[in-house]
Amino acid sequence: MAIQGDFREHKQMLKNLGVEPVEVRLPRDLEGLAGLIVPGGESTTIGMLAREYGLESAVRQRLEEGTLAVWGTCAGAIWLAREIPEHPDQPRLGSLDIAVQRNAYGRQVDSFEEDVNVEGFDRPFHAFFIRAPRILRVGEGVKVLARHRDEIVLVRSGKMMAGTFHPELSQDTRIHQLFLDVVLDS
Amino acid sequence: MEKGTVRVKTGFAEMFKGGVIMDVVNAQQAEIAQEAGAVAVMALERVPADIRAQGGVARMSDPKLIKEIMSAVSIPVMAKCRIGHIVEAQILQALGVDFIDESEVLTPADESFHIDKHAFTVPFVCGATDIGEALRRIGEGAAMIRTKGEAGTGNVVEAVRHARNVLGAIRQIQALPREELMTYAKNHGAPYELVLWVHENGRLPVVNFAAGGVATPADAALMMQLGMDGVFVGSGIFKSGDPRKRARAIVRAVTHYNNPDVLAEVSEDLGEAMVGINLDFLSEEEKLAKRGW
Repeated sequence: MAIQGDFREHKQMLKNLGVEPVEVRLPRDLEGLAGLIVPGGESTTIGMLAREYGLESAVRQRLEEGTLAVWGTCAGAIWLAREIPEHPDQPRLGSLDIAVQRNAYGRQVDSFEEDVNVEGFDRPFHAFFIRAPRILRVGEGVKVLARHRDEIVLVRSGKMMAGTFHPELSQDTRIHQLFLDVVLDS
Repeated sequence: MEKGTVRVKTGFAEMFKGGVIMDVVNAQQAEIAQEAGAVAVMALERVPADIRAQGGVARMSDPKLIKEIMSAVSIPVMAKCRIGHIVEAQILQALGVDFIDESEVLTPADESFHIDKHAFTVPFVCGATDIGEALRRIGEGAAMIRTKGEAGTGNVVEAVRHARNVLGAIRQIQALPREELMTYAKNHGAPYELVLWVHENGRLPVVNFAAGGVATPADAALMMQLGMDGVFVGSGIFKSGDPRKRARAIVRAVTHYNNPDVLAEVSEDLGEAMVGINLDFLSEEEKLAKRGW
């Protein structure tokens, strides 16, 4: 989803994995796609523009049909979240049964990088947390894939994935591969 | 847990891409900017057009104002310090601003040296008119580069010039044979390692935004089509007839910069644009873009 944010980094990761990415700004751009990555960026901007230009309802419909897999990183995870207790009116997709808190670690001076352990990976994943949100709660059927110091940082539920850090800022393609597996799984 | 690393700083700047950063002088303007879809706001006491009109020494804003703006919005807040003013930067970091603009729009505090930006946890953005200047600032630790343009004029011509300077130089560096890179670095006053990086990657190592004179949605989309990663709008919004509407329009123009149908729609009925200054009537001393070394 190329409304705003670091979609260029996600595109590069997909290219590194041999996948040809397409930029999605309008509902018609979704045609023929099996997976959508919602990048890091400013969640208020992304949510507002996705709603105005009909992308939010188009994605919701494709998810209901079961014909699209969606992964959100950071701002993207906020966009997917059902609940944002402190900003209940923030425009978003809201399809994934998690609750998130925005900027939960503080301001930019509190942003950090550190290794996290991801389920099924044989070595840690170096993660960048940038004005990152926290996943406060996960609903039934939402599987926790990674934690950082007891905080949930990566989850999957059916064809949706959400993470609070930025795999696209690293050179490590394993989480992008994980999403491709979710796409191909369906 | 490592904070303030180069990647944490440059990575944050990547999140602004495809977005608009707006100058605001109070909490109410900050809220308007956020509601319009700005990805960040720049907190300052006077927009460049007023600095230009009123003259005098332009300094860092009052911390009280910056704090009010920080508590009014959930999006990132940037603030400006004077070129070379290490202490203003330390104060801004202590306030918890998300980004510092070491800006030629304020009166320079040092006429030879910029701030050592590696020494800070908070990331910096700096203006550049050409490739040498851009790579020097990145060498000092800037996590983001913007064109200087000519702030407070509502005239996009200088931003276009600086964007073409930098982007053209990148294309040139890419095409040079490797043995010519050192002399290129020498001639442009640019760190060799960064020239080499540009040669290998075909872009700056940090995000590159347009700034200085953007006044309309079409201006913003033009800068995006030239290859900029996003846009700063200073005086262009809150010095116009209908700031709310113009702010929304510019945000949408940056996302859909390649879609003339959307651009036509958002450009309609925006009211008065800021009046603007023809740069031919500006003396050399009045040009802010000359500041920076």
